[in-house]
Amino acid sequence: MATKSSSSRNARMLLFIPAIFLVALAIVFLKSFEFGPRDVLPSALVGKPFPEFSYSELHNGQQLTRSDLIGEPRLVNVWASWCVACGVEHPILLEIATSGVSIVGLNYKDEPDTARQWLLERGNPYDFNIVDREGLLGIELGVTGAPETFVLDEHGTIVDKHVGLISEATWETFKSQYFSS
Amino acid sequence: MIPEFAHFLTCVAFVCTVVLTLAGFYTGKTQQVSGINICRSVASLQFVVLLMSFGLLMYSFLTDDFSVLYVSQNSTVELPWYYKFSATWGAHEGSFLFWTVVTAGWTFLVALKTKSLSMDMGGYVLGVMGAVNTGFLAYLLTASNPFLRLVPSVPDSGADLNVILQDIGLIIHPPMLSIGYVGFSVAFAFAIAALLTGRIDATWARWSRPWTHAAWAFLTVGIALGSWWAYYELGWGGWWFWDPAENASFMPWLAGTALIHSLSVTEKRGAFKSWTVLLAILAFGLSLTGGFLIRSGVLTSVHAFAIDPERGLFLLAILVTLMVPALVLFAVRASTLKSRIQYAGVSRELLLLLNNALLVFALVNVLIFTIYPLIHEWISGGELTSIGPPYFNAVFVPVMLFLTACLAITPIVRWKRTPLKLLKNALILLGLSVAFVILVGLVLSDQFVIGALLVAGLALWVIVVHIKEVIRRRTSMSLGITGMFTAHIGFAVAVIGIAITTGYTSSTEERMRVGDTVELNDRTYEFLNIEDIRGPNYIGQMGTFKVGDIYVYPERREYLTRQTITTEAGIDGRITRDLFIALGEPLPDGSWGVRIQEKPLVRWIWLGAFIMALGGILAVMDARYRKLQRRYLQAKFHSDDALPSSALATS
Repeated sequence: MATKSSSSRNARMLLFIPAIFLVALAIVFLKSFEFGPRDVLPSALVGKPFPEFSYSELHNGQQLTRSDLIGEPRLVNVWASWCVACGVEHPILLEIATSGVSIVGLNYKDEPDTARQWLLERGNPYDFNIVDREGLLGIELGVTGAPETFVLDEHGTIVDKHVGLISEATWETFKSQYFSS
Repeated sequence: MIPEFAHFLTCVAFVCTVVLTLAGFYTGKTQQVSGINICRSVASLQFVVLLMSFGLLMYSFLTDDFSVLYVSQNSTVELPWYYKFSATWGAHEGSFLFWTVVTAGWTFLVALKTKSLSMDMGGYVLGVMGAVNTGFLAYLLTASNPFLRLVPSVPDSGADLNVILQDIGLIIHPPMLSIGYVGFSVAFAFAIAALLTGRIDATWARWSRPWTHAAWAFLTVGIALGSWWAYYELGWGGWWFWDPAENASFMPWLAGTALIHSLSVTEKRGAFKSWTVLLAILAFGLSLTGGFLIRSGVLTSVHAFAIDPERGLFLLAILVTLMVPALVLFAVRASTLKSRIQYAGVSRELLLLLNNALLVFALVNVLIFTIYPLIHEWISGGELTSIGPPYFNAVFVPVMLFLTACLAITPIVRWKRTPLKLLKNALILLGLSVAFVILVGLVLSDQFVIGALLVAGLALWVIVVHIKEVIRRRTSMSLGITGMFTAHIGFAVAVIGIAITTGYTSSTEERMRVGDTVELNDRTYEFLNIEDIRGPNYIGQMGTFKVGDIYVYPERREYLTRQTITTEAGIDGRITRDLFIALGEPLPDGSWGVRIQEKPLVRWIWLGAFIMALGGILAVMDARYRKLQRRYLQAKFHSDDALPSSALATS
């Protein structure tokens, strides 16, 4: 009798296997969040110098090259007037610019006229704007869409990258990591 | 005002689901008539308000109301109206609203049918359905609201719909999948109700079956459409990639297929009871897991959209709060279920046991392979990996072959025991089928791929045996049996398509200039010209290829707002073969990368899937289920006692 009841208890414990399996699965899923979503993997360009380029400036048409990005740490913000999210991001860029950080715009696949109008209406946080009409520099940078923001150190080396809107939190992290001095 | 009103309607629906959950469980416990009446009313109200809310979101899309954030992110002025229409469910928030509408729809249908259910069973079923949609709506209202406004600065136009969703296949693929996923919630609710009432018998199985068949049929169509879309849109000529999103829809399908078969044993032989209940819980649990995997972004996928970890966390919470109590309830109650079954020689019981074992084995493998990258990442501390098709195929091909072989003898195998003579006759047919396919292969092609021909022969055997049985039975076939035969033949058709396409596809990749010709498999492909094209929201190039007297037009499109390039393969599709041409990148010297494939019988894969779904629908319409309702109502009329299940089980 005793063996029979213990074997049936064992059989009953087996019925808990699905529940235990589910809990294990949930833990694996939970753990995977620590590694973040896959699409914000840092760019392959982190640690590499910003690519060479030669494009005109949005307002004065002056020729810009890589050397214009050297000298102090700064943000390079990829934007366009057709990009709705860029409009949402705009106020925080103005705020960052007011705090004295240099932001360079990469006007991406845009009409210069509409782009200038867009800045006129909303205010201009950019020190200067690189006009990348064909999106060729964007390809070299691995830009997948706008907005996207690169952090450059004083030697013009890419040290970080953010895909999508810059939030207060993202900026706080960037500020403490790269713009504290 | 309209988005706010729609938002308000979803809040009303949320209140409805809470009331439904409470009233449902109360009715289950106390069997009060007033309780079930409340359930029916709120179930109907819930469906109506959600439908209206969804309609209003659609209205915002059609009228270009870009003040709504979701509209501005997924539409643009130039988007054709039918894509504005489908964009309503094209991205995360809207597709989730659609989920809640579908859940409410299934709940509504169940509520209509509860008259034939005993009071406690009906109450619990509706209560569980209510709890499911409470979770979904709580998520929608807090973390995934499609009615948020973009104020004060309203843009003139939006960011456009994700371009890969701008396609007819993807207008209907996601809703089909959703209807299938959520449809398994009915089987789930029935399983929980059965555990709570302790009644798992033939009657219960019969109530669950049509709902399971219906959900399974929708899921089958959804998966087939997804595969078809990947085939012509991704431009690789493949039709299944073992991609996490595909696996996410495939796992509930495998569980659902096993459930359909195990339900039949529970109904006819009173066996597999706890197993059937477990499968019903798993089928829905895997649907939720699938939803979680795709939307949380923990796995990369060609189909991934709307990636947001916070949302993923909420979905995980829904999964855990619904499934942990369900599985614990199962563990506590299942041991009280007794099923006696004896296997004597080759019988239907044995065959169905094999079917379940094989499907669940396949399911566990797909699940482990799919989440393996997550486990690997954890162990190695962030290093990503992925498991390629070879691993999946190594397990899957043998399992499916074995399953196909089992399928062939299903029409002739009896319950309990089968006369061996019948099996011997079937084996002769196997020999004939394989010989026939090999002969056809030798006549029609210079290649000889013995593996593909053997598999196709095996599948042909399935079809032959089924058709022979149809002829034998003539008119004495119920819709249920017809549905089963149809689904089995559909499966065999798909297997033939898979075997021949895999074994006999010829393919080449060439650099071609206008005027060049390429020879492939006795056909000459001539690149006639390339021209610029302009669509409503894209620009691109269209090539013209001449193959004999057939013209094929592959395209390469650049969508302006989203800055995305897509490949629209040019396909000349016949039932016997597809000629597939995809344009790659233009090369600096003016030539183009061109991929050309000839894929024999590829269409059979999707055709087979649609035949399977048709079989599911036929089985739903079986008069047996309606008769059951009528009888039950009569029985209830004569005595108010619990259900006379023994009388029903023998019918």
